[in-house]
Amino acid sequence: MSARARGLMTSCGCGALAGLLVWALSGLPDFGAYHRLYGLYLDAHAVAQRHATNVVAAVTFDYRGVDTMIEEFILFAAVVGVALLLRAQREETEVGPRDEARGRRAPRSSDAVRMFGLGAVGPSVLVGIYIVAHGHLTPGGGFQGGTVLAGALTLVYLAGEYLVFRRVGPVELMDLSEGAAAAAFVAAGLAGLVAAGTFLLNLLPLGTIGEIDSAGLIPIVNTAVGVEVAAGMSLVLSEFLEQTLMVRGRRS
Amino acid sequence: MTFLPYAVVVVITVAGIYGVATSRNLVHMVICLSVLQSATLVLLLAMGYRTGAQAPIISTARGSRHAVDPVVQALTLTDVVVGATVVALLLALVVQAHKRSGTLDPDELRPFRG
Repeated sequence: MSARARGLMTSCGCGALAGLLVWALSGLPDFGAYHRLYGLYLDAHAVAQRHATNVVAAVTFDYRGVDTMIEEFILFAAVVGVALLLRAQREETEVGPRDEARGRRAPRSSDAVRMFGLGAVGPSVLVGIYIVAHGHLTPGGGFQGGTVLAGALTLVYLAGEYLVFRRVGPVELMDLSEGAAAAAFVAAGLAGLVAAGTFLLNLLPLGTIGEIDSAGLIPIVNTAVGVEVAAGMSLVLSEFLEQTLMVRGRRS
Repeated sequence: MTFLPYAVVVVITVAGIYGVATSRNLVHMVICLSVLQSATLVLLLAMGYRTGAQAPIISTARGSRHAVDPVVQALTLTDVVVGATVVALLLALVVQAHKRSGTLDPDELRPFRG
């Protein structure tokens, strides 16, 4: 098909789709005029029922916890998929992470990048842990905090070298914590199933509203998700770096 | 302007699809898909908004009658994570496609041999 014909078809399709979207969206309630009972019920009763002041976290990790578990396995499957796709292929070899030009030194990152990167690693780790740990109290949680933690590892790579990155975040440790965190989520769910016949039932004492040790099971599941996301994102990053730095085509 | 967020959804969706359909570079195509997907984020958040309502961070056991919908926000969270992992997976595919065929132009890709 010629580029012109394809462009014409795309324009027609996009125009028709825009029309259908406008038609569909005009059937929705006006912006700001929200009246869904599920959300209103949760706003009124979630804090009393679960002692978690962040209602979004209560929904994510408790009321709709099974959804989140499945989502966590989507993340898990995607990380496994990336690792599988970026393994050394049949006609490639994997060289060790070593300096290939021994006579001269590899260009280092600029001083500004190194200074900022190294200075920002500590605070980012702290912020990441804070966001994960306070997920049931304030905006944040395992997904957001986990991404910040993975970002801290990226800063190590930017500020230092690949070898430092490998030493700070060994692949074996990330593999292990990725799997263990996914298993911990399922185990927390099964505990409720065994003890009271309901998967992911919030059995633990709920504590005082607004305290860090409140909300029972939510902070535990939240932490498991935080570890999972941090390990998963770091693994994806590390797979891409490995692909660039260590995998060589035999024929090239 | 109560329709503005929905208009934004339509614009982002159509722009994303147009980008995917006309893209001449696979990395560009993946990013366009990510743009397309971000329309769903805007739609979810727009649907849950109530005029003048606060964020669903509620500090008393009495609850709140003036907070936005927490359910769509939780769904948005799911959406973001799945979107990010899909982008990572697709970029890994792009890396392999480039290795096999030496090009990132989808028009020049030949069917893969096994």
